[in-house]
Amino acid sequence: MTRFILNDTLVESTASRGTVVLDIVRYHQHMKGTKIGCREGDCGACTVLVGELNGDRVEYKSMTSCLLALANVEGKHVVTVEGLNMEKLSPVQQAMVNESGTQCGFCTPGFVVSLSGCCLSREVITDEMAIRAIDGNICRCTGYKSIERAAASIAHQLAQKDMEKPIEWSVKNGFLPGYFGGIKERLQTIQRGNEAAIDHAITVAGGTDLYVQKHDTMHHSVVRSLANEGELKGIRFEGDQCIIGGASTAADLLNSEVLKKFLPLLEDYLLLVSSTPIRNMGTLAGNFVNASPIGDLTAMFIGLDSSITLSNVKGERQLRLRDFYKGYKQLDKSPDEIVTRVSFKLPTKDTRFHFEKVSKRTYLDIASVNSAIRLEMDGDTIREAHVSAGGVAPIPKYLTNTSAFLAGKMISNDTVRAAVKVMNEEIAPISDARGTAEYKRLLLRQLFFAHFMELFPEKFTLNALVG
Amino acid sequence: MKNIDSASHVTGRSIYLDDIPVQQGTLYALPYDAPTAHAHIKDLDLSKAAAFPGVVRILTFKDVTGENQIGGIIPDEPLFAEHEIHFWGMPVALIIATSEDAAVQARKLITIELEELPVITDPREARAKGELIIPPRSFKLGDTTNAWANCAHVFEGRADNNGQEHLYIETQGAYAYPTEHDSIRIASSTQGPTAVQRTIARVLGIPMHRVEVDVTRLGGGFGGKEDQASAWAALVALAAFLLKKPVKLAMHRMDDMRMTGKRHPYSSDYKIGFDKDLKIVAYEATFHQNAGAAADLSPAVMERTLFHATNSYAIPNVHVTAYCCRTNLPPNTAFRGFGGPQGMFVIESAIAHAADKLGVNASELQRRNLMMEGSEFSYGQIADHVHAQACWDLADEKFDLKRLQADVDAFNAKSATHKKGLAMMPICFGISFTNTPMNHARALVHVYQDGSVGVSTGGVEMGQGLNTKMVQVAAQVFSIDASRVKIETTNTTRVANTSPSAASATADLNGKALENGCNAILARIKEKASRMLRSTPDAITIVNEHVLNNGQPTDLDWKKLVHAAHWDRVNLSESGHYATPEIHFDKSKEKGHPFAYHVYGTAAVLVTVDCVRGTYEIDAVKLVHDFGKRMNDAVDIGQIEGGLVQGLGWMTMEEIVYNEKGKLLSNALSTYKVPDIHSVPKEITIEALPTDGHPLAIRRSKAVGEPPLMYGIGVYFAIQNAIKAFRRTAERPDNRMVFDAPYTPEKVLMSLYS
Repeated sequence: MTRFILNDTLVESTASRGTVVLDIVRYHQHMKGTKIGCREGDCGACTVLVGELNGDRVEYKSMTSCLLALANVEGKHVVTVEGLNMEKLSPVQQAMVNESGTQCGFCTPGFVVSLSGCCLSREVITDEMAIRAIDGNICRCTGYKSIERAAASIAHQLAQKDMEKPIEWSVKNGFLPGYFGGIKERLQTIQRGNEAAIDHAITVAGGTDLYVQKHDTMHHSVVRSLANEGELKGIRFEGDQCIIGGASTAADLLNSEVLKKFLPLLEDYLLLVSSTPIRNMGTLAGNFVNASPIGDLTAMFIGLDSSITLSNVKGERQLRLRDFYKGYKQLDKSPDEIVTRVSFKLPTKDTRFHFEKVSKRTYLDIASVNSAIRLEMDGDTIREAHVSAGGVAPIPKYLTNTSAFLAGKMISNDTVRAAVKVMNEEIAPISDARGTAEYKRLLLRQLFFAHFMELFPEKFTLNALVG
Repeated sequence: MKNIDSASHVTGRSIYLDDIPVQQGTLYALPYDAPTAHAHIKDLDLSKAAAFPGVVRILTFKDVTGENQIGGIIPDEPLFAEHEIHFWGMPVALIIATSEDAAVQARKLITIELEELPVITDPREARAKGELIIPPRSFKLGDTTNAWANCAHVFEGRADNNGQEHLYIETQGAYAYPTEHDSIRIASSTQGPTAVQRTIARVLGIPMHRVEVDVTRLGGGFGGKEDQASAWAALVALAAFLLKKPVKLAMHRMDDMRMTGKRHPYSSDYKIGFDKDLKIVAYEATFHQNAGAAADLSPAVMERTLFHATNSYAIPNVHVTAYCCRTNLPPNTAFRGFGGPQGMFVIESAIAHAADKLGVNASELQRRNLMMEGSEFSYGQIADHVHAQACWDLADEKFDLKRLQADVDAFNAKSATHKKGLAMMPICFGISFTNTPMNHARALVHVYQDGSVGVSTGGVEMGQGLNTKMVQVAAQVFSIDASRVKIETTNTTRVANTSPSAASATADLNGKALENGCNAILARIKEKASRMLRSTPDAITIVNEHVLNNGQPTDLDWKKLVHAAHWDRVNLSESGHYATPEIHFDKSKEKGHPFAYHVYGTAAVLVTVDCVRGTYEIDAVKLVHDFGKRMNDAVDIGQIEGGLVQGLGWMTMEEIVYNEKGKLLSNALSTYKVPDIHSVPKEITIEALPTDGHPLAIRRSKAVGEPPLMYGIGVYFAIQNAIKAFRRTAERPDNRMVFDAPYTPEKVLMSLYS
């Protein structure tokens, strides 16, 4: 039995816990406002809001219900478009009408749900933040300009929002139905089942890769959800180390004020990773374990020279993330091990870190090539270097030779150009739907140049590097 | 007036195919499709799948009670593969099960033994091997052969464009219920209810009157559900007919992408000649259309390529030829623009090529050659109501094109890593089905005795705002409040023998039919009013629901009058019919007057290319569009913005990839990218060209569905101009111009550094 609140109603579902919330909502609860567009988290037509108790608050995040396991919403509040409807249109709905942000209407509930999330958040909603809320929603009709205008109007209307009590404010001002006010108390009374370790259970964290790859078998599977295991989350510092729980999501990283202090451009990098609803679900460890040769977080954390901790009933062990990958989708990991923690040495004033990614579409797309670099500087000399590259090998690649080559060198055009020669010897891109081998090789060179141009803008120019 | 469905859309209450409440006993269908592109079927083993729990039956071509044929223009497309497979994704069998999941699991148990045959994916190879679906067609004007001698400059080259996935967010689907007398009622997500009806009748072997097709709305169509909705409808109808149970199919996205056709890729050659004043003297082009494995709508799409081969330009000597090439891809089909964009891309490539070699700005060549009043199109129609120059001039006045170019040049002089590019894109698009007999429509109007009005037309609402415009037409003709008018579903028993909702002409055709229907009823109730007021019908007018006699107020209003008319046995229903006048086309001569009118416009497109990474952003698209007398600003602006973005998606990130075996690699939203909210132009400015509109357009408000898509073509050339700027400063002389859309970041980076 899985209990959760769907809009204003407690649902006690006996469905398999691997069933996706989309199917529960549409075919078990017969609420048809949530639409099916792709079933792989790439269109946002099925977006729902998921509210979770955090201390004495309910915090809401948008998620694509097509990749969301029933087990992952246990004890939570799931909001579909039906749960936002009131006697009159809400200001969010009205803005979409006023600006003609809807044509065929099929993607519209997803946009309305995503934008309504702005009413529930404790963030200041600028135009940019309102757009970010819908960066995972695809519309094929409008060309988005009308939706942009609606988003701006909503941001404007939310300017007066009470950041401490957004839910109360939104209910009082007619943005949300009244029942939202009682959700916290109701969630506190929902009993969760214990997530017992079951043999042969498939471990599900965010599910954002798993449900894409195994969408037609997951709902038959016995699943073990990690989403509610609090000890797998969190970001903390110990000595000179930063330690991040494996089940932390990309959104957790993006929203971490402490991380931003050490990695000032982290937010920019993470915005290139999938979309808001996927960042709200997908976990750091999930990205590592998926072993995609072009995983963005993987490339980023290999570049940071991170280590991971693997755990099972027998105990724990630690290894460098870069040593985790043994071949295409081959991991140094036994089936019962999970990645519990990730750690890396905190950047200092001498550290330079940068991440680059190019894909066919800048946002919400999988990289053709990505790369991260971490340099420890001693004046103009590179004391230590770590460079990663995705999309140029069967595994997320740590560029061992390139990194070693850079160590001890002065930064200069000659150094960078010579490093490219080394790099070209240790990569082996292949041609596929994300580009030809020739392109990926050229692109990695360009991204490598970009690292240095971004980190040392006063020292490098494109013309000088290209030669 | 806002889209009348807005409120139900934003509350999630609008009903699409998969939202229809399911009847008890409904079965679920799932096609098993060919796992190869070209082969003989040696053996098909369905036994394991048939034995899977929940599977009710598996159908193949042997179960077809009528004809195993769905080809609309040419009967060359079997519904089920019989002994030979022609494309990867061709339906071979249909699994019927008690649940969708059982069908999905059972499908994995089907095995097929094949004798593989050679696969063709390239249209030029198909032509070389004589694989043509219809004989080639040519449009000719003047005499190009002798004209080259009079040209000061002649350029030849090649231009390729890729296809485009429709990516309607609602996938294909149909839900059939058996009804009495061996009949079928079917809900279908189709742009062509009559095509679905005709196809089902043919496949089942029953007359059309036993098939009722009902369409509430589509979650997007864009041409992809014009002809290609029929196969899925025929499959579930056959299953419902045989099993006497309701049968439903709402396709999975990857099945839809794999099994359905797309916009046609073309590979084309051009030759263009200019006189010393840079006037285009002659233009020749050869188009190789990649039609896929069956005709579908390809011959008609190919025809429109010829109609629009010269875009917005007056050219005295034209010879354009098109080949409809049969390959082993899924049959390609209608997509917004319907062959027009492919034709326009080639002449714009020719102009860009010439401009590069002549060292002039392409916009100078474009401007000097725009259509004028009285210019002759290659197909013999004399252009009237021409607004090509007016659109350009207004764009110049509003946007200051010289200053735009100067700003670009100034930016480029300063920036080493980023370059801007500016390009102009004039358009000229003909409105009407090029197949003249399709240009007619009907509308059924009921005025109920309480004064409310029900309207059925043959048009399908798919987001384009058709129903909103239909409400406006009825409300305006009767001069009543729009809230009195309800638009019914599109249903073949209420409005029969319809043309599909396509060719941008749906609102014109159905709206004019509706106007005729409303006017006929209006005449009858005015006659009744004249008797009540002891006046003459000519003296009666209805203004805002008030009945006036000789312009003077009376005690009568709409409600009272309608009520009285009903009890006086006046017929308050009418089926209006409209057939577009003036149009004709003689295919034996390839001459005539096929279009009711043309739509004009001019766009200025500004992009910035990141020359480090090969990525780009679209800064602005500023355009002047010929709306006619716009009847609905919100709907029409939405069509411009949406069409433009779809067009620039085709030119930039939307890349369909088949491998050499004919397997679709860009088979999901993770590998096929359409514009998201970040990739659209930062600024879209739309200026309306002030005109009186065209009498053959509904309420003089011109068709707006397809034309704006072609503004997107300008993005390709703007990117190319930015790349040229980089190569100039990087001292990489431009020794080659590549015309191969889309301009993906990959192609951009390769162009920057090759």
